[in-house]
Amino acid sequence: MKKQIPILLAVIASLCPVIAFFLPQRWINDWMNQRLDEWMVIIASFALLLGIVSMVQTNIHKIRRRARGWGFSIVILISFVIMTSFGLFGGQGAREDGSLYPFTWVFQYAFSPLQSTMFSLLAFYVASASYRAFRVRNVEATLLLIGALIIMFGRIPLGKLIHPLVPQVAEWIMQFPNTAAQRGIIIGAALGAAAMSIRVMVGIERPYMGKS
Amino acid sequence: MRILILGAALALLAATVTAAQDDQTLQSPETGLTDRSGRAGPDPAPAELVIEDIRLGLKVVDTPSDGGTSLTLTWRPDPSAGELPDVPGAGLRMPLEILRRGPDETEFVNVGRATLRDGEFVDAGLEPGLGYSYRLGISGAAGQQHVSPASAPVVPVGNAFRLHRLNALVAVLLMGGFVVAFIMAARRGADLYIRRISGLDALDEAVGRATEMGRKILYVPGIISVNEPQTLASLGILGYVAKLTARYGTELEVPNIDPLTMAAAREIVKQSYMEAGAPEAFNEDMVHYITQDQFAYAAAVNGIMVRDKPAANFLIGWFAAESLLLSETGQSIGAIQIAGTAQVTQLPFFVSACDYTMLGEELFAASAYLSKDPLILGSIKGQDMMKAAILIAIVVGVVMATLGVNGFVDWFAAV
Repeated sequence: MKKQIPILLAVIASLCPVIAFFLPQRWINDWMNQRLDEWMVIIASFALLLGIVSMVQTNIHKIRRRARGWGFSIVILISFVIMTSFGLFGGQGAREDGSLYPFTWVFQYAFSPLQSTMFSLLAFYVASASYRAFRVRNVEATLLLIGALIIMFGRIPLGKLIHPLVPQVAEWIMQFPNTAAQRGIIIGAALGAAAMSIRVMVGIERPYMGKS
Repeated sequence: MRILILGAALALLAATVTAAQDDQTLQSPETGLTDRSGRAGPDPAPAELVIEDIRLGLKVVDTPSDGGTSLTLTWRPDPSAGELPDVPGAGLRMPLEILRRGPDETEFVNVGRATLRDGEFVDAGLEPGLGYSYRLGISGAAGQQHVSPASAPVVPVGNAFRLHRLNALVAVLLMGGFVVAFIMAARRGADLYIRRISGLDALDEAVGRATEMGRKILYVPGIISVNEPQTLASLGILGYVAKLTARYGTELEVPNIDPLTMAAAREIVKQSYMEAGAPEAFNEDMVHYITQDQFAYAAAVNGIMVRDKPAANFLIGWFAAESLLLSETGQSIGAIQIAGTAQVTQLPFFVSACDYTMLGEELFAASAYLSKDPLILGSIKGQDMMKAAILIAIVVGVVMATLGVNGFVDWFAAV
């Protein structure tokens, strides 16, 4: 029973959107599609509590054990308490005089810049990854390098100065070989996802129950 | 006295005529439209406010294959001379107002906009079984409104099945049929071959390397919750990796961005440790939650990599921009890296920064490959057969489209 009920629930929950996709009746869409989405949101909200408990426990254990980088755990816990207090008791958005409440201020002037910093690091990582990928080691890597050079030059005005055909060749590579390869991967992945979903729907694979 | 009576009668007559004109200004019984200009004072000539001079052949029909909550309006997008009023902005992009009158309503109200060249408008959110009339409207100069003749009331009717999705149903049944057929074949003991997947073969090597070096293994199950098939596939691989780490006594860390994924991952790792006979080696901190923010999560995982220097990194699941941040950091600390995703945009980053990468469908085949379970292997073979069917359909479609027969291709286009 402990095994059958979760499988039954999973089968019903996974079949509902499929039925709603094919049958247009309003009650099906209202009940079996939208209602399930609402339940998902509610469950996810409660699951967040689990996540918070896990985060607090893990960091407290790290501090107790004096694990490597335990100082960062103190910063996390202090930040968590401060932001939770600001969020619960300090208000959000802007005051009538235009000044920001502490929660929004920290979000806007500390969190957002930190996010942007992480994102902008990508530029340097792309450079280092490209350097490694384009090193001429074998025939495939050489072809990759040539293709990349054509596309890079084809996308800037210098490419047209080198030869008027360079932008056209770059466009051809992007439109045909590149799109064909991408579509091959996408079709394979979509079928793989469909087969995986069928296995989950009929209970052959049950990762949601801790059974791999 | 007679003069007074005559004067009074004339005044009454004048007042009556004025009042009648006022009424006509506010609402034209002929058109059922109201003057919404809100102007007060002396009325302009009422007949000029609402002019019925749009002749675009408006047709209203029940929308096919829906739940009876919409009607479809069509009109000629290329009118001849004299079918449209002479108003500023006339042309294909001319905005048309969609005016609707419900069953118990006396007036037409604006329910949407379209352009002349659209030629079609679907009015959704209607009540099934009730009749609705429509007009097309164009706002002219000086508060004038040009309209088309009102359509006869049309009743939206519910349908049992979305007929335009028949192609998807056929595909689902075909795929389901293949999968079930091969699962049954596998149950009967048929030998099902699955090709080598180097990324999955390397799992044992990576765990072995970490064990020899005495360092931990970091497993990142992507950044999407368990409703994503890639996350489910990743959790299947996590179970296998956890069994290996339990057997060899290697440290495992699974940082999570999603609490639901964390709960499922924790159960899987726990179960794997029990199956490997080392339940005492499991502790809940192995699988922990970090944050739901993408870049904060990437920063935290990068921090773990730089501080703890894991010998092996597994980046398997659904990834976005953080894929390169994670894999390049892993590369910089010299960890053996095995990645897997079906995100086409992230694959080049993984291929350039990781030692092994599972491309798209290889990720979904992992559970069959690792478990050798005949039921799961059967589903992989069914998936291969569906792929063959799609390839045949593509070739047939290309040939037919080249020959100018578009019916076959069009059938696949509508969903």
